[in-house]
This record gives sequence, structure tokens and C-alpha cells, in this order.
Amino acid sequence: MTATDYARTLDLVTRVRGVRGAMLVSSDDGLVVAEHLMEGIKGSAVAALAASLANRLRRAMAAAGVGASVFWHLQCEQGALLVVPAASGIVVVAVAEPDVNVGLVRLELLRAAEVVR
Amino acid sequence: MADEIKTLSAELARDPQSLVFLRLGDLLRQRGQLDAAHRVALNGLERHPHLADAHDLYARLLADKRDYERAFDEWDMARRIAPGHMGALKGLAFLYFKVGDVAQAVAHLEEAERIAPDDFTIQQALAMVRGQPMGSAAARPSGYAVPRPDSPPPSPLPPLPPLPPPPPVAEEPMAPAAGPLEDRRVFAGLEGAQEGLLLLDAAGRVLGGALRDWNGTDVTEAVAAYLAGVSLEAGRTAKLLGLGVWSGLAAEGQLGHVHLAQPGPDALLLVVRDRSVPMGRLAIIARRAAMAARRWLEQQA
Repeated sequence: MTATDYARTLDLVTRVRGVRGAMLVSSDDGLVVAEHLMEGIKGSAVAALAASLANRLRRAMAAAGVGASVFWHLQCEQGALLVVPAASGIVVVAVAEPDVNVGLVRLELLRAAEVVR
Repeated sequence: MADEIKTLSAELARDPQSLVFLRLGDLLRQRGQLDAAHRVALNGLERHPHLADAHDLYARLLADKRDYERAFDEWDMARRIAPGHMGALKGLAFLYFKVGDVAQAVAHLEEAERIAPDDFTIQQALAMVRGQPMGSAAARPSGYAVPRPDSPPPSPLPPLPPLPPPPPVAEEPMAPAAGPLEDRRVFAGLEGAQEGLLLLDAAGRVLGGALRDWNGTDVTEAVAAYLAGVSLEAGRTAKLLGLGVWSGLAAEGQLGHVHLAQPGPDALLLVVRDRSVPMGRLAIIARRAAMAARRWLEQQA
């Protein structure tokens, strides 16, 4: 994939109302692969934290016997972090407002994960 | 009855918005045609989502199928729409009684009695329920433990006559005979209390509930150990990204769904269900479990 392809993929996620930014993150090292963020969001911090949380959650879910994570959503007072792990070891991440349409973001993240697989 | 079903079916086909689906669904249910009744009830509910009777009908069907958790949700919804709905009050009382929460069963029956003071079946049910020790699984009358195929069990809640007799007490997942008393109390009355609900302290130590994987293996301790790390990481992530305090973490897995919440500053709640339970409903279950956990934690303080 080219940088343009990545940008186009993320653009579809960020078009959802309430999404502040989206990025592709390497789940192994938490580094940014591509990003499309609103001003004020620290891409490198989001990437590192999302990857770390994804890895911890993956282990907990494996122990609980519910299989690999397909989508997860961290709900916070002032926003949300929504993540879909892609098959290629990349996680697609969105940072959103607290009242975002989670179902819609989930769909766009899953589509993005299909593209980058 | 068959003729009436035909007539009602024809009427519903002619006018899908008609409220005859309520009567039709109930008749089908009484005849044991649960799948057909289920379809009728669901279609009706889709067309009349704000009709308490529609939720009541659907709840009865779910209770027939022993899907008590969803039945609870539907009766709860019916009651929110129409707070004095008799079917919902009786249904909720039935479910509370079934899980041994006699206090709640009595409260719902008393409310029903206030609305219909002349309904002797409610008085009868109240007298029977009040005669049992509070909060005990043994509170069920003997008829509940021994299903009688030839006649309905002497239920303290006669308004739900077509419900099948509940399983023997020994099979009740919500009131196990073994296990620490406190464990049972945390999630008393909630489905999955011993296989899909878990309450931990901040260090990952189990406070109540239990977790089993799909093979029935107890995975409580292993999951608890991992969850402490997840909770810390979630808190750190929310803080560093300026998102405030985290309130929940919902995750969809290939085989099941999980929801993590913080019922207290030093406690963590995990709810696990299979994929047939949608994420939105899981969040509702988690909210209820969090309330139960919060109450329990306050009592321990």
C-alpha cells in the first residue's frame, strides 16, 4: 500500500462525525504507520498506549477463552478510543468524542482493517 | 382456539399495524407454538416499540424459553414505559423470586397489590412469598423443585400460569450450594453470577463471582491476573490522552464479548458473554452488575 492508500483509508474513518483522528499503528512496537489526526492529538502517544492496551487486552481475552479481539472500545468521560486489530499486525485506531456513533466508527474501522490486512 | 388464531392471523396480514398481534402471540404461546409466537411478538415489538404490552408478551415468551435475563430486560422495559403495568410487575416478581431475592419479589407484588387490591391471586402469592426466609434459594416452594408435568406448580405468582416449571433448585446457576457466601451475594439475582461475572480489587484479587471458559474450565484466577494490568493500562491511556476517567472497556472477541467497568475506585468488574449477546445489551448487563457490585462494596466498607 502507498501512503496515499493509507491516507484514503483513514480519511473514511475520520469522516464519521465525532471522530477526532484515526491512525494505523504497529501492534508489536506501538509505532505510527499512518495517521490522520486533528490538531492537539499526540499521535505517538496514542499509538504507544493503544498498542500496549491492545496487547494486554489480547492476553486477558485469550485467558477468558473469548478468542482474539475483533474490536474494542475504551469509554472515557471526555472521549473514547476505538480499536480494530487487523490481520497484518497493525491496529486501526480512532480517537473520538464521547457521544460518537460507536456502531458507525466500528464499521469504518473494520473496513479499514480489511484494506490494510 | 385454532379458529381464533386463523382469524387473528388473517387480520394481522391485512393490517400489520394492528394490535391483534398481542392476542395472537399469546394464543400461539398457550398452544405451545413458541417459535410462531416469538415471530409474531418480535414483529409486533418492531412496529410498536413503545407499547408495554408488546414487551410483556415478548418477556413471557422469553421466560417460557427460560431466557430469564432477556425476559427481565423486557419486563423492565415494559415497566419503564408503563410503571404500573401488572404483567411486568408480576413477571419481575416471578424472576426475583426465582433467583431467591424474596425482598424484591415482595416489593413488586406489593406494588401490584396497590394497583389491583382485589386481585386475590396477588394476595395469595404475597402470602406464600412472605412465608419464606428472605434471600434464600430455599425460599422456593417445594413445587418449584419438583416439576409436575400433569399440573402447574403451586407458583406463588399465578399470573404467569403457562410458564414451564423451573428446573430443580440444585440446577439453579444463580444460587449455588457451594462457594463463599460473599461470592454469591455480590451478584445475587444476576444471570451468570458463577460463570460470567467477576469482581476484583485493584490488585487483581477476586472479590466475587467466577468465570468459566466455553469448556467449563474455571479461568477466574488467570483472567483476574491479566485484568489488573488491563485496568492500569486503561487508566493510564485515558489520562495521558486527556480523555478523563475511563468508565468502561467493551471488547468484541471471536468467540465472545467482554465488558470491563469500575464499580468503585479500587474495584474492577468483568462481564463475559458469548457472541449471541450484542455489545449494547452487554453494556446494560454490565451496568446492572456494576450497581450490584457497588452496593456490595458499600456494605463491606
